[in-house]
Amino acid sequence: MMAIESEKVTADVIEVSEFPHIAQRYRIFAVPKVVINESLEFEGARPEAAFVAMVESVARAQAEPEQDSSA
Amino acid sequence: MPILSPADQEYLRQVFVERLRDPITIQLFTQRVTQISIPGYECATCRETNQLLEEVAALSEKITLEMYDLLQEGVKAREAGVEEIPAIILKGHNKGTLRFIGVPAGYEFATLIEDIIDVSRGTTELSPLSRETLAKLAQPVHIKVFVTPT
Repeated sequence: MMAIESEKVTADVIEVSEFPHIAQRYRIFAVPKVVINESLEFEGARPEAAFVAMVESVARAQAEPEQDSSA
Repeated sequence: MPILSPADQEYLRQVFVERLRDPITIQLFTQRVTQISIPGYECATCRETNQLLEEVAALSEKITLEMYDLLQEGVKAREAGVEEIPAIILKGHNKGTLRFIGVPAGYEFATLIEDIIDVSRGTTELSPLSRETLAKLAQPVHIKVFVTPT
């Protein structure tokens, strides 16, 4: 749903049992597992507000080193 | 032999009549079943994904299915960021990119149907605050949700 609402979001739902190399690369031991920009990850479901806050914090953290004043 | 039972087909046909608003396109990057198989490149679930999506697309004239072969149409796959198949990309009123990698079976089939509806309508059930936050994201965000078909 986030990818429907924002042009900045790419959302992939990955059926990991078909791709053992992906399961290995991302160390998937439990599902659902969420990885955001290869930097923040968590297992299990989260309330919508908490999930969106994590997405926002990752985007903000990546913007800061570039000192993007247009954000 | 269809994957979707006649009852499921009828149910989905009705859901699509009631809830789809505008046309959507499903891009499916896959391996065509007629292709000669190359050892090491077999796609274990492409055949059933192809069939499942053909059956879904046949249930509504608002759904267009485009199939691309990963090997024959590799440039288009690369442009779409597709590395694994089967890969499903939904195109409609979505502002961002929405993909399913692997066969959308089990619970993910319900997710796919809900996303098809949302993409057709351009609306979601996210709260106004969530929508506002997402619209103002400072940088692109790539969310990967790993699931299994249970």
